[in-house]
Amino acid sequence: MSSPAIRIAGVHKRYGALKALDGVDLEVRQGEFFGLLGPNGAGKTTLISALAGLTRVDEGELAVMGHDVVADYRQARRKLGVVPQELVFDPFFTVREALRLQSGYFGIRRNDTWIDEILASLDLTHKANANMRMLSGGMKRRVLVAQALVHRPPVIVLDEPTAGVDVELRQGLWQFIRRLNTDGHTIVLTTHYLEEAQTLCNRIAMLKAGRVVALDTTDNLLKRFSSHALRVRLAEPIGLDFLPGARDTGDGWVEIPFEAYGEVEDMLSRIRLTGGRVEEMVLGEPDLEKVFMGVMHDA
Amino acid sequence: MTPETVRFAGFRTLLYKEILRFWKVSFQTVGAPVLTAVLYLLIFSHVLDRHVTVYGDVPYTVFLVPGLVMMSVLQNAFANTSSSLIQSKITGNIVFMLLPPISYREFFAAYVLAAIVRGAFVGVGVIAVSLLMVSLPVVAPGWIIAFALMGGAILASFGMIAGIWADKFDQLSAFQNFLIMPLTMLSGVFYSIHSLPPVWQTVSHLNPFFYMIDGFRYGFFGQSDVSPWISLAVVSACFVVLAVLTLSMLARGYKLRA
Repeated sequence: MSSPAIRIAGVHKRYGALKALDGVDLEVRQGEFFGLLGPNGAGKTTLISALAGLTRVDEGELAVMGHDVVADYRQARRKLGVVPQELVFDPFFTVREALRLQSGYFGIRRNDTWIDEILASLDLTHKANANMRMLSGGMKRRVLVAQALVHRPPVIVLDEPTAGVDVELRQGLWQFIRRLNTDGHTIVLTTHYLEEAQTLCNRIAMLKAGRVVALDTTDNLLKRFSSHALRVRLAEPIGLDFLPGARDTGDGWVEIPFEAYGEVEDMLSRIRLTGGRVEEMVLGEPDLEKVFMGVMHDA
Repeated sequence: MTPETVRFAGFRTLLYKEILRFWKVSFQTVGAPVLTAVLYLLIFSHVLDRHVTVYGDVPYTVFLVPGLVMMSVLQNAFANTSSSLIQSKITGNIVFMLLPPISYREFFAAYVLAAIVRGAFVGVGVIAVSLLMVSLPVVAPGWIIAFALMGGAILASFGMIAGIWADKFDQLSAFQNFLIMPLTMLSGVFYSIHSLPPVWQTVSHLNPFFYMIDGFRYGFFGQSDVSPWISLAVVSACFVVLAVLTLSMLARGYKLRA
C-alpha cells in the first residue's frame, strides 16, 4: 500500500502558554484535493510550517510521502512545494533568476524547459525577465506558485493563495491547480473563501484552537451539517407546521429544508392545498459556510 | 534541455545567489568601500607621510595600505552576511532558503564563502588603486592570503550571528558602530602598536582584529608586532569559536525556524 501524501500524528506545538497545535492527527491520501479550514489562529499556518520544516513541533511526527520531516528532511522537502501566505519576494532578482535559484536549491540544474512551462501556465512568460519589484501583487502571487513547483513536488500546499487576488486571476489559478491535481499531484489548500473549498476539495479538515474538530469528505460534511433549502415568500402568512423543519426567518420568508429536489413539488402542492400562495421562491444549495459555522459553534 | 540533479547543488546555488546579490549592486558593495579606503589613504598620507616611518624605513603611506585593505575586507565580509540575512528575515524571503533541502552546514558555508569573495573583491580593489600611488612590497604572499581568508571568514561568521540575532536594522548598526568599527580602528590599522604606551599595547593584544591585521601586514613587509604564527593561532581559534556558535544557532534554527 502506498504511503499517505501527508501523515501527521499526535502533533503538539506551544508558544508560551498558547497551544497552537493540540494533538493533531491527520492523513492526506495521495492524489487528494484536501482542504484545511479554520478561523484565524486555529493553527493552520503553524501546521503547514511544521510540515515544511519552518516550525519545530514539541511532540508528534509529520511525514511527507513517507519521509519524516525531521529525520529525513531532505527527501521530505523534495516532495513538498509550499506557497506561503505572505507575498514575499527577493527584490534583487528577475522572475527567471528567482525560479532558477529555487531549482538550484532543490538540486536541479538546467530546468528551463519546465520553468518555461510553468511560466506559460501561469501567464508569466512576458514577465520572465522583469525584476520582482516591478510586478503587481497578483503576479508576485503567481511567481510564488511557480517557485513552489520548480522541483515538481508530488505534494503542494497552498496557504491562502487567493487572498487579495482578483476574480480573473483566481479563476486562472484554480484552473491550473486543478490540472496539477488531475495530473496526480496532491493538493492541500487553506482558504477563508469557503465556496472555493467546497468546489475544489474532496475532503476537508476543520481546525479550531489547534485541534481537528471535523474531518470528512466534503459531501459528507455538507450532508451532515447542511441541506438543500426551499425559501418561499407567501402572499399571506399561514402556519407551515405540516412541513418538517420549516422556520420563519423573520424577514417575511419561510425556509424549509429538504434532501432531494423531488421533494420540492410535493412541498409546493401542500402549501397550495393549505391555501398558501407563493409570491417568490428561491432554492438554496447545501453550503459549506453553514457547515463551518455549525462545526465551530459545536466544537 | 534535460534537468539534472547535482550533489551539493543547494550549497552551490546559495553561494552563487549570495555573490550575485552583492554583485548586482557592486557600485555600493565594492566600489564605495574601495573609495572610502582610498580617501583614508590620500588624507593620512598627505598629513603624515613625510613625518612618520614605521618598521625602520617603511614610509607611512606604504605601511598604511595593508591595514586599510584588511579593514575593508573585514568590514565588507561582516556587512555581506549580516545585511543579507536581516534583509531576508525582514522581507520574509528567507523562506525560499529554508524550504529546500539545504543543510545548516551548507547554509553556513555558502554565506561565509560569499562574504569572503566580497571581501576579496574590495581588498583587491583597494590594492589596485593604492598601487597607483605607492610601491607595495610582497614578502610572503601565503600569509597575505591566509589572513585575508581567515579574517573574512571570522567577520562573515560574526555577521551571520548578528544578522540572525538582530530583528531590526538599528540593532545591526549597533553591532557595526559599537563593536566592529572600534575594534577595527583600535587594531593597528593606522599605527604600529609599538608606538603605543605599554598599557595600550597590552589592551591591543586583547583585540582579535589586531592579530588579523598584524599577520596580514607581515605578508607584505616581513615584519610585524607579534609573530605571524601567534596571530594565526589566535585568528584560527576565533574562527572556530564563532563558527561553532553560528553552526549551533543554525542547527537549532534560532530565530529562523520557530
